[in-house]
Amino acid sequence: MSRLVVASIGPASSVQDGGRLGAQRYGLTPSGAMDRLALAAANCLVGNELFAAAVEIGPFGATFTARDGAVRVAIAGAPRNAEIAGRPLAMDTSATLKDGETLTLGFARGGAFTYLAIEGGIKGEPVFGSLAVNARAGLGSPYPRPLQAGDEFTVDAASGAPELRIELPKPSSGPIRVVLGPQDDEFDDANKALFLDSEWKISATSDRMGYRFEGPAIKHLHGHNIVSDGTVNGSIQVPGNGAPIALMMDRGTSGGYPKIATVITADVGRLAQTSAGTAFRFKQVTMAEAQDEARKFAQLIRNLPDRLRSSDTVTLNIEALQDANVAGYAVSAVDAGTWQVIAEP
Amino acid sequence: MAATLPPPRLLPSGDSAVTVEFSRTIDDAANQRVLALDKALAASPIDGITESVPTYRSLLVHYDPGKIGFDALGEKLLALASRPLPPATTARRWRIPVAYGGEHGIDLEDVAKALNTTPDDIVARHVAGDYKVAMIGFTPGWSYLSGLDKSLHMSRRQNPRLLTPAGTISIGGIQAGIQCLAAPSGWHLLGRTPVRTYQLHRNPTFLTEPGDRVTFFAIDHKTFEEQDRAAEAGEIIAEQVVA
Repeated sequence: MSRLVVASIGPASSVQDGGRLGAQRYGLTPSGAMDRLALAAANCLVGNELFAAAVEIGPFGATFTARDGAVRVAIAGAPRNAEIAGRPLAMDTSATLKDGETLTLGFARGGAFTYLAIEGGIKGEPVFGSLAVNARAGLGSPYPRPLQAGDEFTVDAASGAPELRIELPKPSSGPIRVVLGPQDDEFDDANKALFLDSEWKISATSDRMGYRFEGPAIKHLHGHNIVSDGTVNGSIQVPGNGAPIALMMDRGTSGGYPKIATVITADVGRLAQTSAGTAFRFKQVTMAEAQDEARKFAQLIRNLPDRLRSSDTVTLNIEALQDANVAGYAVSAVDAGTWQVIAEP
Repeated sequence: MAATLPPPRLLPSGDSAVTVEFSRTIDDAANQRVLALDKALAASPIDGITESVPTYRSLLVHYDPGKIGFDALGEKLLALASRPLPPATTARRWRIPVAYGGEHGIDLEDVAKALNTTPDDIVARHVAGDYKVAMIGFTPGWSYLSGLDKSLHMSRRQNPRLLTPAGTISIGGIQAGIQCLAAPSGWHLLGRTPVRTYQLHRNPTFLTEPGDRVTFFAIDHKTFEEQDRAAEAGEIIAEQVVA
């Protein structure tokens, strides 16, 4: 066994997996990764189950050190500068830390959450089948709270498997798609239009429970109190002040504000990766379109293993691009979307 | 009889869940239909449904759109919901001890003042109630109870408290509650119970189920301390009454 020690880490970083399903009827929130596609991609790179537990790293930087042996890892999600003992590490690739080496991750250059998957997964005691941290309920393993410097994971010794990269589709920059409901009838047409046609920004007070939106105030037809009913990931509720909140993975299982719309499954992760202050819009789609997108999204995740490539084919290109970055702050040159094209054989 | 039941509304809740709404208000008849549909789904599962979450007036049904679409699922749910309610079965009943007032129920005196009566009278009315777990939500084990004496209905606090203690027994609006974990709350705190409605490494982890009946009885603060220690060690404490 090796160890991976958290040498430093910012807030909003915790162990997350596919979530804790089946006990919402008892008030147990599902939690789980904010960006499921990125979690699955990182796990795929190191041969784990796609929704195995990984480290969800918030917007700030983090460093991890391998002890008592080598550790194989992969990163996916919000792009950031990464290096292992001075060797650059591109997003959406795997790499091996030799004993004593440190992986250094910079702050997110777009989006919020990056996933660090560890070959063999994170060892812990699942509760309701999940290691996901739900800090409010004191759940999660091996640490039932956000990670802190000094925490460590007992992990499998690196297998020595060849390093891989994964070719992900370029993330859409289009509007966040929603279906109206369940309580869109608590709003008149003008306010529904105001919601759908306005430009929104995500407030800096957003967290894993909810993303708050800054924009025009949405008014209710009959006041802001409804009898509490069930919530889902992506429920957009409108409280008394008219500023909508999208409920995210650490949401309460029930809520008493009218929910004007619901983010489609395929776009919840994209919303999660929209940084505070970034302007965006919503777009209404039909239920048929939303369900079609949900099926495609599930298929994309299921077929991730088909997108794995040997990382050898791009090594030179990545280094060249990294060198280019030294000159300026154009670090996005190592974004998956850019270097994949160059690296295509 | 079945024909007189109006069909519930199917409210889209994204692409992977649907809310089956029986009423817009807190209504015991609607809650019975919610729990009946929930039971019917448990008894004859529909392929593609991943979990269901009963609330006062609606059942939220989570499903996998890769297995069943909104329209097909909606039809099946409406068919199930139109069945006549099964005859009332004997619900499980829990007797829950409560240490009222003092440090454990910091709002008891204010509630008594607001209702022009004594704290003892408030306790007597709260203890006399025959409650039903209408739903569990918000945080693990938080049991929302219907059946609060009408004379105890009062609006929630203007300023919700950011943190109220684990085990809090409270009232808010027309509802009563058993709260398990420390949490924010705008309800009036009457007392505390040593009973954990949720305890991770205990079997069962969750004590109450929607549909269970609940009554309260008063204990003194010394008994609370003893039972609280026992509960921490995994004892259930609540008395289950089998009718």
